Parts: sequence; C-alpha cells; structure tokens
Amino acid sequence: MPLDDRYQLAFKLYPYERSADQDASAPVRHPVVVMGGGPIGVATALDLGLQGIPVVLLDDHEGVGQGSRAICFAKRTLEIAHRYGCGQPMLDKGILWNVGKVFHDDRQVYEFNLLPEDGHRNPAFINLQQPYFERFLVERVREAQAQGAPIELRGENRIDAVDVKEDHVLIDITTPEGPYQIEADWLIGCDGASSPLRKMMGLDFEGRVFEDNFLIADITMKAEFPTERWFWFEPHFKSGDSALLHKQPDGVWRIDFQLGWDIDRAEEMKEENIRRRLDAMLGPDVDYDLVWSSIYTFQCRRMKKFRHGRVIFAGDAAHQVSPFGARGANSGIQDVDNLGWKLGLVLNGTAPESLLDTYDVERRHGADENILNSSRSTDFITPKSKISHVFRNAVLDLAEHHAFARPLVNSGRLSVPCVYDGLPLNTPDALADGPARTRPGAPCPDAPLKDGFLLDHLGGDFVLLGIGADVPSQTEVEGAALRGLTVPADGDIKDRYLGDRPGAIYLIRPDQHVAARWPAYDAELVRAALARAIGKD
Amino acid sequence: MALNTDPNIPDPDGFYAELLSAHEGLSDEASVALNARLVLILANHICDRAVLTEALSAATKGDAS
Repeated sequence: MPLDDRYQLAFKLYPYERSADQDASAPVRHPVVVMGGGPIGVATALDLGLQGIPVVLLDDHEGVGQGSRAICFAKRTLEIAHRYGCGQPMLDKGILWNVGKVFHDDRQVYEFNLLPEDGHRNPAFINLQQPYFERFLVERVREAQAQGAPIELRGENRIDAVDVKEDHVLIDITTPEGPYQIEADWLIGCDGASSPLRKMMGLDFEGRVFEDNFLIADITMKAEFPTERWFWFEPHFKSGDSALLHKQPDGVWRIDFQLGWDIDRAEEMKEENIRRRLDAMLGPDVDYDLVWSSIYTFQCRRMKKFRHGRVIFAGDAAHQVSPFGARGANSGIQDVDNLGWKLGLVLNGTAPESLLDTYDVERRHGADENILNSSRSTDFITPKSKISHVFRNAVLDLAEHHAFARPLVNSGRLSVPCVYDGLPLNTPDALADGPARTRPGAPCPDAPLKDGFLLDHLGGDFVLLGIGADVPSQTEVEGAALRGLTVPADGDIKDRYLGDRPGAIYLIRPDQHVAARWPAYDAELVRAALARAIGKD
Repeated sequence: MALNTDPNIPDPDGFYAELLSAHEGLSDEASVALNARLVLILANHICDRAVLTEALSAATKGDAS
C-alpha cells in the first residue's frame, strides 16, 4: 500500500530523508524505536535522547496535523516540559485563565476560580493549540540533537508490520523510496487512539462508548469576551445540548457544541450549518471567521496491559478518555515521564527488566483515575436516562442559590497528576504526620527556592532531598546515581514538605514523584528505598 | 439547627455516581418510588422538624420550571 496523507499538516517538522538503514544489508538494531510523532511520541524521544539513549522515531507523516485538538495543558505537563527544556515557549505562547462560568439555559449557575496556589513556576493550566505544543517539543529535539542527543526523527516512515520476538522486535517500514526493515530492542507505541500497532498485535481496547457527537468550531472574532472558560448546559441559544467557549492564542476561540447521537455528520459539517449554530450563540452583530471545525465522538477505554514484552504503549494508544477535564494529552505526557527513566535504567543495566512492569501498574492506575473522572463528567453533561437528566437539572437549579450543590456540578474535573498510592515502588511512609500531599507516591509540589523553584532541582536522576537536614551531595546507590540536595526548612517548602516538623529527608524519583520520606537521614534506609524504587526489591 | 446548605458531602462525584447507579435500569415509575423512599429515609435521619420544613421550602423554590 503506498503512503498517503491521512491529514493536512499544520507544521512540516520532520521531512522525509533517506536513512543509512535503508541501504544496510541486514536490518539495523536500535535500542528504542518510537512509533508515532505526536506529542507523546516526540516527548518519549526527547526524554530518552536527553538521557543519551539512542532513539529512532517513525511517523507516517512529515509533521503535525492541523486542528487545535488538545487545547488545555495542565501544570504537571508544563512541569515535565520544563524539565525537558521546552516549558518556557509554551508558557510564552499559551493563554492563562483562572475563571470558569457555568450557565444553565440563560442563567449563570455559578462561577469558579482555579485560584492557583502561589509559589509554583507554572500556572494551573494554559490554553495552547496542540500543533504549537508539538512544534515546541520538536524544536527542543532539534536543539538537543545539535548538542549531541542521539535522537532521529524519520518522517514518512510508516510501520506496516511488526514481528515481536523474545528480546527484540522486527519492524517493516514503508517509505516514499520503498520498504526496509529495522530491529528494536524496545518498541514504544505512541500511535494514537486508533493505534495501528495495537491492531497489528491483535490487542484489546475495552471500555464504554458514549453515544454523542460534539462539534468543534475554532473561530477568530472581533467581539470582546473575557479570557474565561464558559460552559452552558441546555443553552438558551439552542445551538446544542451543551456548549463551551474557551480562548486560545492567536485570537482564536474554541467553541464546542453537543449535537446528540443521531446526526447527519456530512450535513452538520457544512459551513452554513456550523454558522447557523454560531450565529445563534454569538448574536447577529458578531463578525467571525471559521478557522477549523471537526465533529468528534469519544470513548472511555484502555488496554488491559500497557506492556506486552518488548512493546510498550503510551498515551491515547494505551488509553482514551472523553475530552472533559483535559485528561488525554496531559495523562499521555505523564506516561512518558514515568516510562523514560525506567527504560533508561533498564537499558543501562542498572535496573531489572521487571521495573517496566511498574510502568504498566502505575500508569494503569493513572488511566483508571482519568477514565473514572472523565466518565462521571460525561454522565453529567450528557445524561443517559430520564432520571439522570432530572437529577442533573435539579443540581443545576439548586446550585444557583445553594453552595452545597456546586461541587456536584460537573462540566469536567480538570487534570491533576495521580498519586501512586500503595504501589510497589513506594517505601511505606515513615513521616506519618507529614503533609499528605507529599506522601510516598505523590508528585512533588513545586515551591520557590533561592532565585528559582524547587522542581528545577529535581528530576532526571534520583534526588535525596534534605530539608533542614544535611544529606551527602553525590553518591551511587545500587548502581544508580543519587544526587543530594540540602535546602532550608522555611517558606512554602516547609508548609508543603514538613508541616510541623523541623526537618525531613525525601527520596525523589527521576519523574519527581516521592519514593520515600523519613524524619532523619539513615544511609541503609535510603539504600533499601532506592533499591525498591528501581525494582530490585 | 438551621438547614445546612454549605457543601457537606465528602467525595461529591462518588456520591452522585452512586445515586445514579441506584437508578440504573429502573422504569420511570420505579425511579420515582426509589426517590420517595430515599426522601423518607433521609428525612427520618434528619428528624428536626424545623430543618425539614426549611428543606421543603428550599426544594420548592428550586423548581425553576
């Protein structure tokens, strides 16, 4: 089958170039091959490449597809991007918002403020079109390549078949200049919700299908709306069963309309019909241009297992959620953050291969949490039965006057990283009266430190963090580098990591999650906790 | 004690999901009957007559239709 464009590009980022592998007499072996050049695939290549691990990324296109798609990027994603060295351009380009308003019919039910906590480098959310997010990642890859990071991005390289062996994968690739083969010690599937790799391997992808269609219309307009998230249930302008208005960079507004299940898709995609809905919403006096539109349906589902021997799935290929809560791309980036260091330690022989099974366990835990939250939001936004609709509208009616009903209003529970509670890499909490938010398994909350922020100093390696307590500055434990960092016990760090204690010792994983914490330094306890955190226990 | 209309339920999303799942698969009539039983059970738990009167009044005013 020849290569054909499944979609138009927003940015051409990795044009096809002939690789020496195409002229090799036998398939060339690579430590890691990534399938898919979307945000999750490129982030995976970047994570591994920055560790010095050679990685080849294959994509059947030459860049990023058009369409704003994922537009809300959460703090945790920005923190991870910052660790990769591409957080700043995202912040510079992105739109900041804190206020959300919820309407029912023509009445405002309530207003919320994300009230971001002070003392973090990154805001709770930014809005940014997905193509920009991907472009900033690829630009960082180019910069890293120039500094010697062994990353290859191969555009118009389509994987057509895989032969999964005990200790490697044989990969058939089609290019504009014909087919070739390579081998991978590890193949990472980041090839999206309809993952061809999943299908080639005949793997399951089970869950709930939601019977609803949503129309996205991205528009530019002159009208002044505040930079807020506005959500309507059963809007008075009748453009859909629900509607969402959200601002993006470049003066673009994202508008979503809920169309229902039985629709004529081709009819609804006609510009005149899209405009009819927009006109009803915006009123007759608003001049706008239609930038992009699409109709989407969605499912909440995941693979039973994300690791299948030498093949590992990440992002939408492994799990899919409804868009409410911005838990798709954001959770995929957390997959990468979790997988990167584990694969690095396995490849350099520090950790046993079984460490990769903890990627599977931890990220399935994350996927389940995201699926639960996004299913509940969907059930509230698109009630499945008459009684469910009655309760939904009762909540909305009461929420206008009674505070108690407001926490029940669910137009999306916005993405926060999960805590790996009770999972095998954690050492049981030895600081039981410490703050719950920094318990073992939790992602480290940021805090100001000297001229920058705490998270600037965490991640990449294991870090032994001594707060108001001295720790050795650099050691090697169980073959893994352990960087020591001693910081004073004051300010936000004290509130977030100590509570009422004078000091504490934290062992922080390379993905900035807490592995263990103690009231005082004990070399043997640290050794045991680190051994456990790299799967040697 | 006055009627408490401040947020008072831990895990509101979990509660709401449980409430809806109790209705899953029921006919409209059976759902109405379930709701009636639930109101009576909760009212008995509240027991304070003045609070129940206030709750009835709040629910009546909440009817926007």
